[in-house]
Formats: sequence, C-alpha cells, structure tokens
Amino acid sequence: MARATIPFGPQHPVLPEPIHLSLVVEDEKVVEALPTIGYVHRGLEMLAAKRDYNQMIQVVERVCGICSMIHSLCYCQGLEEMMGVEVPRRARMLRVVWSELHRLHSHLLWLGLFADSFGFESLFMQLWKIREKVMDLNEATTGNRVIVSVNVVGGVRADLDEAQIRWIKDTLVEVEASIRSLQSTIMNDSTVCKRTVGVGVLTKQAAYDLGAAGPMLRGSGVAQDMRQLKYAGFDEIAFEPIVETSGDCWARSTVRFRESLQSIDLVRQALDRLDGSELAAKVKGKPEGEVITRVEQPRGECLYYLKGNGDKFLQRVRIRTPTFANIPPLAAILPGLDFADVPVVVLSIDPCISCTER
Amino acid sequence: MSIVSENVAAGDLVAAVTRLKADGWRLVTLTSVELDETNMEILYHFDKNLEMKNLRLAATKDGKVPSISGVLFTAFLVENEIRDQFGVIFDGLVLDYQGKLLNETVQTGATSPFCRYQVKKAETKEAQ
Repeated sequence: MARATIPFGPQHPVLPEPIHLSLVVEDEKVVEALPTIGYVHRGLEMLAAKRDYNQMIQVVERVCGICSMIHSLCYCQGLEEMMGVEVPRRARMLRVVWSELHRLHSHLLWLGLFADSFGFESLFMQLWKIREKVMDLNEATTGNRVIVSVNVVGGVRADLDEAQIRWIKDTLVEVEASIRSLQSTIMNDSTVCKRTVGVGVLTKQAAYDLGAAGPMLRGSGVAQDMRQLKYAGFDEIAFEPIVETSGDCWARSTVRFRESLQSIDLVRQALDRLDGSELAAKVKGKPEGEVITRVEQPRGECLYYLKGNGDKFLQRVRIRTPTFANIPPLAAILPGLDFADVPVVVLSIDPCISCTER
Repeated sequence: MSIVSENVAAGDLVAAVTRLKADGWRLVTLTSVELDETNMEILYHFDKNLEMKNLRLAATKDGKVPSISGVLFTAFLVENEIRDQFGVIFDGLVLDYQGKLLNETVQTGATSPFCRYQVKKAETKEAQ
C-alpha cells in the first residue's frame, strides 16, 4: 500500500485562515495527522504588559473579529468580578443582545462556508445574504459591522432606543423566516447528507476526554454550554443547550443551524427585559488578584485567566479559545477518513485561526 | 481575590491528573504565569458539570516539569505552546515539537518571547 505525506494548508480553498496539517495517507486513507500553527501568531496576551486594563479591551476585541463582542464581554466580566463591580441590568441584557447577534452572524457565516466546502454555492450565497441583515443590525446599533466595541468595564457604552428595538425585532422575523426556509436543505438534502452523515465521527466519550468545545462537543451528545453559567443576562433568560448525538459533520452543522434560531429567541427575550437602569456602573481602583471567567463563543467555551497586582497593567492575561481546544479532537478524528473528506471535516470544527493565534 | 486551587508537587502531578480524569474531570487548559525573573507557576484548569478545579504547580524558567499529555492527549498542544512562549520544558510530551510549534519561533529563533522580565531586560538594553 503506497504511503505518502501530503501537506494540507496553510493555504487551502476551504481555509479562510492558515493552519497546516501534515497528513500521512495510505492510498486514499488518512492514517496520521499532525497540526502546525503559528503562521499568524500575534502575541496579544503579551500586550497586557504595555496596555492598561481599559486599553486591553480594544486588544481582546481583536483576538477574533467574528466573536469580538464575546471576547470583550469575557474580559470585562472577569475584571468586574475582580474589582467587585455590579453591572446594571440593562447593560447585562444589552450584552446578551449583541453577543447573540454575533453568534447568529457567525453561525450563518460558517453554514455558508460549510456549504461552499462541498460545492453547494447557491446555499452559501443564500446564507450569506441572510447574514447581511444581521450585520446591518450591528452596524446601525453600534457603528460597526464586526468589531462592535460596546463593552466597557462596568457595562456597555451603547444603548438601544425604542425605534431600534422595534426594527431589530422586525428584522429578526424576516431573518428567522429566511433561515427556516433553508432548514430542509441544510438538514435533509441528499447532496448535503452524502458529504456529512457518518463523516468525521467524534464519540461522546472522545469529545469529553479530548476537551472538545462548543458545537463540536454538543454535536457529540454532551449537553454543556457556558451560557448555563448564567453570565451577563442569562440568569433571567430561559436557555437550554442544543445537543445532537451522532457526532458527525451533520450533527455539528445541525447544532449550529438550531443555535442560529435559538439566538434569535434569546435576543427577543433580552430585548423584552430591557429596563431603565444605567448603562454602566462606576469603576474605582485598580485590578488586584486573580480570576477565571468563562463564556460561550460561537465556536465554544472561551476561558480568560486574569491576574492583577494593583497596577493599571495586568500581570497576566491568558486566553484559551475554543478552536485551540478543538485542534486535538480534530487531529484524533482525521485518521481513518478518506482524503477527499478532510476539507469538510476540518471545516466542521469551525476553525478560527485568528482566535488560535491570539 | 484569588482562585481556589490546590498546590501540587511536580512528582505528584501525573498521579493527581490521572485521579481527576478517573473522577470525570475534563481538562480545559493550562495557564503559565511568570512570577519573577526565575520562577513561574503553571495552573491546570479542569471542569466537571460547569464547576472548575485548579491545580497549581511551581516551576522555574528553563526548568522541566512532567507532561500530562500521556494521560490527557489534549494537553499536548498547550504544553508545546508554553514551551515556545515561556521556555518551560515538558518531560514526556507525546507530541513534542521541540520548541517549534509556532512558526514565529521557527522563523526568528526566539526563545521564551512571552517572558515579560526577559522582554523588559531586552528593552532596557536597547534603550542603553
């Protein structure tokens, strides 16, 4: 049997960002996969030595564009816990609104890219067309489409008026109808199922043991989502994690599809709970001590470890992003696959190399 | 304020991690914290049903600590990253990139670029 090593990436049509996999194949079967990262590493954690704790908000927002709001949310809530700041209810609910809009546009982006990975171009275009409406909401309510920069330590810096709330709700009705119209295609179309059902299976036990995160974990039947920790406004919002059990590419795709609809519901719930409280609490003093804080990003659990010594510069900012956690499970499921399935399986983890290369 | 953690000696680390795995704890990640010019500590974060447990291991720069990747394969990536960034060597890594996980360390030959004390020293030297 012929054995060869084939480089996959760092430049590849299904990879929006660079990661390299060294694939050992026997004929058309993958027998070994070795990942290499570091092509665009930026060392953002180290910037904590040169940017004060408020300036670091702009830095962590740029760990990843597509979940920038949730990065800054995690960072700010860590500092708020360390400094004993109680965030006003309105700000907590607004954080839910923007973080779920981020999840929605991230999942729509990924669903489109996933369709593109197996050549379903019209589905890709339809999903991205829907996504534009969500991007419009971001732009109109915060001033930016992607890096919305709404979080500050103690709350948020932007608000929604009544007209904007009505407009968001109306737009989400259209977005929901558009997404639902694609449900049977995404979940049942024979073209989609042929490339996703039973491909790249990660068992429940393996997902747990290998530290998988987000839809990768929930697609394998583990009902864990950091929103169950009830951060921001989730303490008042009805929420249950979405779980699929088959552990294959189809399951991961279906989790994200269903989570898109769930995010719309969560935005509505949060909008209905906006009260007249302040947008941000006053913050006094400088951060001292250490704290671990976690949130659920579109790609899964994100952990921040923050350590301050009473100075305006934090002593340590450690960011563990979900894609970083999902690389070992990916390396574990690739052996045994047909070489032609590798691009689809790699994309099924929703790789965010920007996060990984923080 | 500080996080709840359990101090663990290097010699007991692998056994402690094996026990946690057997009890159903899942490794979230490792965090390396530089304390001064020679000392570091490494935190091992575990999760079970949304609760966290942390182990704290004392380490020295350029010193060796045992790898837990033999027990928890997922640790191999973060252990390699810590070696690239802080210079700590993990003994018994199942996939050892020899300090060359990140392309930047391969390209520049930089060692432990994330150690702030070393960075400060380098900046002072440049200023002089």
